[in-house]
Amino acid sequence: MDRRLHVLLLTGVALAGDAAAAAAAQEAAAAATETPQVVEPQVKRREIERPAIDTENFEAGAFLGTLSIEDFGASFVYGATIAYHFTEDLFAEATIGTAKAGRTSYEDLSGSVDLLTDDGRQFTHYDLSLGWNALPGEAFFGGKRAMPSALYFTLGAGSTRFADDDFFTVALGAGYRLLVNDWLAVRLDARDLIFDSDLLGDSKVTQNLQFTFGLTAFF
Amino acid sequence: MIRRLPIAVLLTAALLAATAAGAASPARVVVQDPYLEFRSGPGRGYPVFHVVDRGQSVELMRRRTDWIKVRGDGGEEGWVNRSQLERTLTPEGELVAVPGPAPESRTAHRWEAGLATGDLDGANVVAAQAAWAMTPTLLARGDVSQLLGDYSDGWLVTAGIAHVFMPQWRVSPFIGIGGGVLRIEPKATLVKAEDRTDETAYAGAGLRGYLTNRFLLQAEYRSYVVFTERDDNEEIDEWTVAFTYFF
Repeated sequence: MDRRLHVLLLTGVALAGDAAAAAAAQEAAAAATETPQVVEPQVKRREIERPAIDTENFEAGAFLGTLSIEDFGASFVYGATIAYHFTEDLFAEATIGTAKAGRTSYEDLSGSVDLLTDDGRQFTHYDLSLGWNALPGEAFFGGKRAMPSALYFTLGAGSTRFADDDFFTVALGAGYRLLVNDWLAVRLDARDLIFDSDLLGDSKVTQNLQFTFGLTAFF
Repeated sequence: MIRRLPIAVLLTAALLAATAAGAASPARVVVQDPYLEFRSGPGRGYPVFHVVDRGQSVELMRRRTDWIKVRGDGGEEGWVNRSQLERTLTPEGELVAVPGPAPESRTAHRWEAGLATGDLDGANVVAAQAAWAMTPTLLARGDVSQLLGDYSDGWLVTAGIAHVFMPQWRVSPFIGIGGGVLRIEPKATLVKAEDRTDETAYAGAGLRGYLTNRFLLQAEYRSYVVFTERDDNEEIDEWTVAFTYFF
């Protein structure tokens, strides 16, 4: 009995409240416009679809060329790169390359002296760089083909493993990328790997120039 | 041989990439902007060679950064900027948007990845960093650093959390704490020096500023305590600058 009374009372209060609120709302609506709104508008937010497009901001590939290791002659170098293109202007790139150093002229002239072990002559370099597509453009091959191209500059830091030692290395680079089709690129790179070395006595800044030809794919 | 392993891995990745690059799933949309400009390449400087009007449909082929390669009804293929595809419809009339960076992404992004360089107690640092934004102000982050010094080299791997005070400001201060492992490899020329691996913890502070709607520049100072096996703990300072991409 008690409970039913409660329910009734509460219902009554709720209805009275509703009626008061409705009256207030109607008054407000009537005040705003002459015709009170009868139909509640059903606003349904439209879903925005995202089309399934293949986004190709990664560029990965391999290169080979020649690396001039200061005091140790020029050697064949090969390696791999992976880049991520943030915008049409900027990209980040990780590069790793390896070469086998030759002999210094001192070693050759003296005959039997070996400054480095065979393992120590392995020159392995990696770096993380930022690149800037400074001069994008188009290259024409014959009269019918136009290929996007870019002259870019890179600046990065990394490490060089050489003579059983690791060296902090600054990598400066410039290169040219030519897109043969939508996803395949041919690259020519010139890089300077700069690090402090004390291999031959005094500490000095060594400049190790590398010229490479590479093929990369966008994916 | 071990040294060549990363190269082999990268080469394999490159080959896989080359084979994967062929596959693309086209999507057809109806243009809602007054017109679409077809450029000959994925960049703002390439010439416009074709225009498609509102109401016509194009096929979206592939995307590179902010440029989308599209094919018109007549078979013309060109690169269109994302901004012109923000209001398009499917043939059924549903809205389609090609997502891109917006000022909101400064506070609403989920991931950050960065390259850093700096100095740790006299040694050069080369680092890769990553962070996950749990909230706009709280980051879970980790980094791997290679240390290259005059007398010793090493590696430092850390994980930690950071609090960004005002992520909506163009430049905001942040603080962070974390821990990790520090491996020090003294150079061979030092007598009786042994490689050692110690646990470490850090507290730090820094500033981060938005360069654009996707890039951050961060400068950070960290004070590390290295829990050595000797009697005293070692305290070292690290200063780094990082270039960070967020998405």
